[in-house]
Amino acid sequence: MERVSERPVLDVSDLPTVVFGPRNVVWLGTILFMLIEGTMIAMLWASYFYYRTRSSDWPPGVFPPVLKWGIANSIVFLVSLAPAAWIRRRARTGDVVGCRVGLMALAAFGLVNTALRGFEFANLNCRWSANAYASTIWVLMGIHSAHLLTDVIETIVLAALAFTDRVEGTRLADFDENSMYWYFVVGVALVTNFIVYGASRLF
Amino acid sequence: MAIGEVPVVPPPSAMRHARLLSTWGEPPGFFGWFKKVHHTSIGTRFIVTAFIFFVLGGILAVLMRLQLARPENRFLGPDKYNQFFTVHGSTMIFLFAVPLMFQGFGTYLVPLIVGARNIAFPRLAAFSYYIYLFGCLFFWVGLLLNIGADRGWFAYVTLSGPDYSPGKRVDFWAQMITFTETSALATAVCLAATILRHRAPGMSLNRMPMILWEKLVLSFMVIFAMPAVMLSSSMLLLDRTVGTQFFNPAEGGDVLLYQHLFWFFGHPDVYIIFLPGTAIVTTLVTCFARRHIFGYAALVISTISVGFIGFGVWVHHMFATGLPQLGESFFTAATLMIVVPTAVQFFCWIATLWNGRVQFKFPMWWVAGFFFVFMIGGLSGLMLASVPVDTQVHDTFFVVAHFHYVLIGGAVFPMFGALYFWIPKMTGRMMNDHLGKWNFWLFFIGFNLTFFTMHFLGLRGMTRRVYTYLPEMNWGALNLLASAGGLLMAAGVLVFIVNFFWSRNNGRTAGADPWRAGSLEWAVPSPPPHYNFAELPTVNGREALWDAAPRQPVVIGVREDMRETLVTDTLDADPDHKMDSPEPSVWPFWTAVAVSVLFIGSVFSAKSVEYTSIPVAITIIAWYWPRWGESQRRKATEIWSE
Repeated sequence: MERVSERPVLDVSDLPTVVFGPRNVVWLGTILFMLIEGTMIAMLWASYFYYRTRSSDWPPGVFPPVLKWGIANSIVFLVSLAPAAWIRRRARTGDVVGCRVGLMALAAFGLVNTALRGFEFANLNCRWSANAYASTIWVLMGIHSAHLLTDVIETIVLAALAFTDRVEGTRLADFDENSMYWYFVVGVALVTNFIVYGASRLF
Repeated sequence: MAIGEVPVVPPPSAMRHARLLSTWGEPPGFFGWFKKVHHTSIGTRFIVTAFIFFVLGGILAVLMRLQLARPENRFLGPDKYNQFFTVHGSTMIFLFAVPLMFQGFGTYLVPLIVGARNIAFPRLAAFSYYIYLFGCLFFWVGLLLNIGADRGWFAYVTLSGPDYSPGKRVDFWAQMITFTETSALATAVCLAATILRHRAPGMSLNRMPMILWEKLVLSFMVIFAMPAVMLSSSMLLLDRTVGTQFFNPAEGGDVLLYQHLFWFFGHPDVYIIFLPGTAIVTTLVTCFARRHIFGYAALVISTISVGFIGFGVWVHHMFATGLPQLGESFFTAATLMIVVPTAVQFFCWIATLWNGRVQFKFPMWWVAGFFFVFMIGGLSGLMLASVPVDTQVHDTFFVVAHFHYVLIGGAVFPMFGALYFWIPKMTGRMMNDHLGKWNFWLFFIGFNLTFFTMHFLGLRGMTRRVYTYLPEMNWGALNLLASAGGLLMAAGVLVFIVNFFWSRNNGRTAGADPWRAGSLEWAVPSPPPHYNFAELPTVNGREALWDAAPRQPVVIGVREDMRETLVTDTLDADPDHKMDSPEPSVWPFWTAVAVSVLFIGSVFSAKSVEYTSIPVAITIIAWYWPRWGESQRRKATEIWSE
């Protein structure tokens, strides 16, 4: 290779190409998307309490959502953190087989969450068109369900990818970031469920 | 050696140039157009498209001025007039200002200024452009079919709700918001990641040029502000299409919540439009005062504090809604407080010019225009921050005059300065100064004629958004003057367009650094090759070219047979690792098509989302799915971190 006009150089040949966590640019991108989606849903949480200040009767004219499905789904969400954390550990050691198992488990949890979400919708005790309260809890659950579905599909795609020979270091980092996004989905689910099921009873 | 004469990036040999191009080149031909991922291609598209919509929005403005030129005019009927002012305002804010000043300039310039070969997440940047373009077309098709949005650029409920706005007009507006904000958010992610992780070694945070600080602050403002308007317009759309009750007072809905959510976005958006202008002014002042900017730390702190305080002033748009007085006082105070960081910026520019060796080259004319125009807008802003004054002139032409002084002063004057400054980099040809001066004077005189007059119209009680007025009101002469000014402004823009096309063919060759400027984009040829830098540069000071050592080191060890890029750490820009930049791909385009079908379909049938989301999922998976050859190559060359 022809050389640069005899000037001093900064040689980066030995720098790694596979990094995990905050060093990874994809990590930063994921965090920024979480900020965007988090801001949007936080505005909706705020809107819920704004509507609460406008009405003395709460929930207005309807019963609160049936508690058991919300609790059941919250528990499944909490337990699903285990396979997500497992994937992160296995990915960072380059263990593709471990990641396959973890991704399949996480996808299974995600599908259970999605099914339970269906029962949650069926037991909100109101239609979205009943009043502003009903519209808010439907859209809260709806936005979160979009996050949930997105990550479930992503996890299934990554699980399928893990069985091909296209997995290398940067894909393992993707598995890692997918788990981080799952933490976000779970965190938002817990706060949302607290508002939908708890705030309608407590405040 | 004088500043600006140090070749920070030595030119490559012909063989090396060919090798870099074979790796980084953009796909040619018609189908290649849909696959391009280089930031210069995408940035240029944003700038050109947004400028076209600036012209279209301007044409609507001229037509409105013709209508208002004399009393009881019948040139446009009330319905056309409603559509025109709505589409004009929405176009200028959502289809022109943010896409050009933030996305266009940001996508084109940021990777060059940080010294990178491409933007972070280039396919996302490409997607961002397509989704913006489809949003523009969707919105304007409504107008061309004579069913354009007609409820003003903020579409207040209940007027825009299902009871008072049947049909699809408002839906065009509401869904256009979803399109353009999706696009702006995607660009914000790309730019923030590029600035935080792709800066050249040596460009620590305290050496970043001001324009990078501004783009970084702006990216975060977009990330925190845009979701609010996406939410409010989606809630409006749901009220209109599936019968939710968010803004229906009869069912516990609340109309003020709409205004809170809208202005929680709307006011930061004013700064999202204005901060790029200040960064352009800082860049131009630095370059043409031939010295480093005065008060760098103060400028950085001012930019960041504008970013923060900008989120605490939204209620001043709602003073006339009867909110509690204590709340209004707080927002008056916050509104006045934001003057402080803005004034700090002004003093830094003045101090820089004061003891610089000022070269009053043509882009600086626009900076002078900015100083004059924006200051008047700022002063009328001070008047409006006071609740009694605001209540008096609310919804009059006084407010129209104020925000045009702020927005055209804060964005359009710097934009023209920036275009005259950077077009030589983009096309390789200098713009013509003589035509430029015609452009400047026509626009400057026309602008002041149009909008200064409106202050008086407002004080005499002329409300905004009325399509005509009676002769007895005695507003005719001032309106005629304002309309004449509008025509002058239009002539000024026309001269710019002529200048651009003339200069592109006949302008002087620009060379790499025609202004002897200091930041890294001037180290590469004009227009930049698709690999940007033949040698990845290192940086020795805030003005990379001015501060470079006589033998400034360059980076070696980044592969050139694949799209490898250098990632540096956030604080000090020390080399951290290397990563692959994605190859060109057609899938961002198809994803944008699928998402557009979903967005547009949902306006007509909410249930359509059930099946239109399937192509979205398929296209995104195809976008992501790694190619076999690439994955094997990466596997063979990968180095794991310790």
